[in-house]
Amino acid sequence: MSTDSTKLSVTETVAAVASGLLSKAELHAAWLDRAGLDDLNALSWVSDSPELVHGDGPLGGVPLGVKDLFCTEGVPSQSGSKILEGYLPPYTATVVEALAQAGAPLIAKTHQDEFAMGSSNENCAFGPVLNPWDRGRVPGGSSGGSAAAVAAGLVPWALGTDTGGSIRQPAALCGVVGLKPTYGSVSRYGMIAFASSLDQAGPITRTVADAGLLYSQMTGKDPRDATSVEHPDSVEPVVPMDLTGVRLGVPEELTGEGVEPGVREAFEATLDLARSLGATVAPCPLPHAPHALSAYYLIAPAECSSNLARLDGVRFGLRVDPDEGLDGMYGATRAAGFGPEVRRRIMLGTYALSSGYYDAYYGRAQRVRTLISQDFDSAFEDFDAIVTPTSPSVAFELGSKTADPLSMYLSDFCTVPMSLAGIPAISIPNGLSDGLPVGFQIAGPAFSENRILGIAAALEDGLKFDGSPAWIA
Amino acid sequence: MIDRSEVLHIAKLARLSISDEEVDVLAAELSGILDHVEMISKLNLAGVEPSAHSVAQTGWLRPDVPHQSLAREKALDQAPATDGEGFEVPPPGSGT
Repeated sequence: MSTDSTKLSVTETVAAVASGLLSKAELHAAWLDRAGLDDLNALSWVSDSPELVHGDGPLGGVPLGVKDLFCTEGVPSQSGSKILEGYLPPYTATVVEALAQAGAPLIAKTHQDEFAMGSSNENCAFGPVLNPWDRGRVPGGSSGGSAAAVAAGLVPWALGTDTGGSIRQPAALCGVVGLKPTYGSVSRYGMIAFASSLDQAGPITRTVADAGLLYSQMTGKDPRDATSVEHPDSVEPVVPMDLTGVRLGVPEELTGEGVEPGVREAFEATLDLARSLGATVAPCPLPHAPHALSAYYLIAPAECSSNLARLDGVRFGLRVDPDEGLDGMYGATRAAGFGPEVRRRIMLGTYALSSGYYDAYYGRAQRVRTLISQDFDSAFEDFDAIVTPTSPSVAFELGSKTADPLSMYLSDFCTVPMSLAGIPAISIPNGLSDGLPVGFQIAGPAFSENRILGIAAALEDGLKFDGSPAWIA
Repeated sequence: MIDRSEVLHIAKLARLSISDEEVDVLAAELSGILDHVEMISKLNLAGVEPSAHSVAQTGWLRPDVPHQSLAREKALDQAPATDGEGFEVPPPGSGT
C-alpha cells in the first residue's frame, strides 16, 4: 500500500493493519513522510527513529501527535515557552505512555500557546502556527498545533488539552473533531499544569469514531493523579445514534449576541438536520452562563499563578542571573522566560489571590462555578445534550486580536461554561462559512462520552464535511 | 482600577521583574480585565457553596508503601547549576 494509506481514517487504518493489508512499518514510514511536509509550524519535534516502539494493543500502531506540554522522556517538552526551551523530562506522562502501550506511539510533538494560555497560538514562544485553510489566519488555541497538524494530514490523530476550550476551539477553526472529556477521566500526570482544576487531555481527530477510539484507551484512575477517577462506563466503539426522540437543548445565552452570522447560519442548519433525524430541539436556559467567562478568568489565572511558581530557574529550564541574589535570579528568570500573556495572567491570578482580594475575586468565582454546574444539572433533567456553536467566529486573521487581551478572551465564551462544570463536550466540523470551518459543540452530563459521541456521529453522517482542502498536498 | 503601586506590589509577590514601561501597560490591561470580570460582583451568592473542583471528590490516599522515586542524577540532569549532589542557587538576599 502506498502513502494513500494516510488518507484513511484511523479506524479504517486499524482494520487494514489487523487484516494484514498494511504493515506497521509501512504505516510509520508513510506518516514520517507526511510529518516532513509541515509548512505551518504545527510540529515542534518529529521522531527520527525509523521504527517506533509500540505495544500490540487495539490502536494498531497508528502513530500519535502530542501537544508540547505533555512530558515525554528524552523528547523536548516545552509547553510553548522559552522558560522550558529544550527541556527534556525524566519521565513520560501517564496518558502518552498508555497510548504507546495501546499501539499509538509518539511520532511528533505539536506547538501550542505558551502554557496553554491563548485562543490563537500566537502566544507560542516558537512562532505562531498557521491555519491550513488559510495561512493568514490563526488555527485557534491553545492546542492549535495539534488541530492544524490533524487537519493538514501531518499526523493521523493527536492529543490536545482543554482548560477553557483549548481542544474544541482549535478543532472548530481547523475543521476537525475535538473531544474534551469529563474532568478527571484522563490522568493529568505529566501534563505541564496550567489550571489544575480545569485541565483535561483529549483527542483531536478527523472523525468522531477516531476520537472515541483514542479516548477509549486514555481513561482510568491513575495513582499519580489524585483527581483522576475511573470512568463508570467502558468507552464503546462509536456508532451513530438513532436521534429519534433525543432532546437537544439550545441555550440562548451561548447562541445569541456575539455569534457571527455565518456561524449562526451553519448552527441553525445543523439543528434542522437534527430535527430531520428525529431529534427535538428546544430552548434551554443556562442563566449563569454569561458569568462563566468572568469566573474562568479569575479561577484559571489564580491557579496558573500558583502552578507556574515552580518555573524559578532552580531545578530545570532557563536561568537568568543578574548577580543580585536569589530573588534577583527568580525575578529576572521569570521576566525573560515568560511571554506577555503568561506574565499578564500570573499578575492577574496573584492579584485575585492576594490578601484583601481573595474573597471578592477567587472566592466569588468559585461560588459562580457552583451556580454554573447547577444550571447544567437542571438542564440535563430535561435534555439529553446541550448544543451551541463551538466558537462565535471562524478563524481570525493573525494579529487581529493580539492588542486587546479581553477580545481574545471573548472567543472562549461558548466553551468555558462546560469546563467550569467539568462536563464532556465535543466539537465537530459544521460546514464552512466564507470558506472557513465552523464548529458545532455537543455537551452532555459527566461521563456521558458514549452518548455525545453517538450524537456527534449521527450528525457527522448527515453533514458529510469535506476536510480535504486543508490537506497539504 | 489598579494603580502603579499595586502593580509593583503584585509583581513582587509573583517574583516577576518588570520594566518601568511595563508597569503602566499592566496597570491598564489588568484594570480592563478586572472591570469585565467584576460583573460577578452583581450576583447574589448568599448561601452558595464554592466549588474547588467540578467533580466532587473526597480525599484520596495512595497506599502507604515504599516505591522507587526519581534517581538523583535524573533529578539533577536538567538543572541550570548543580554540584552533583544538589541544586546550586545564588545566595539569598539582594546580592552584592
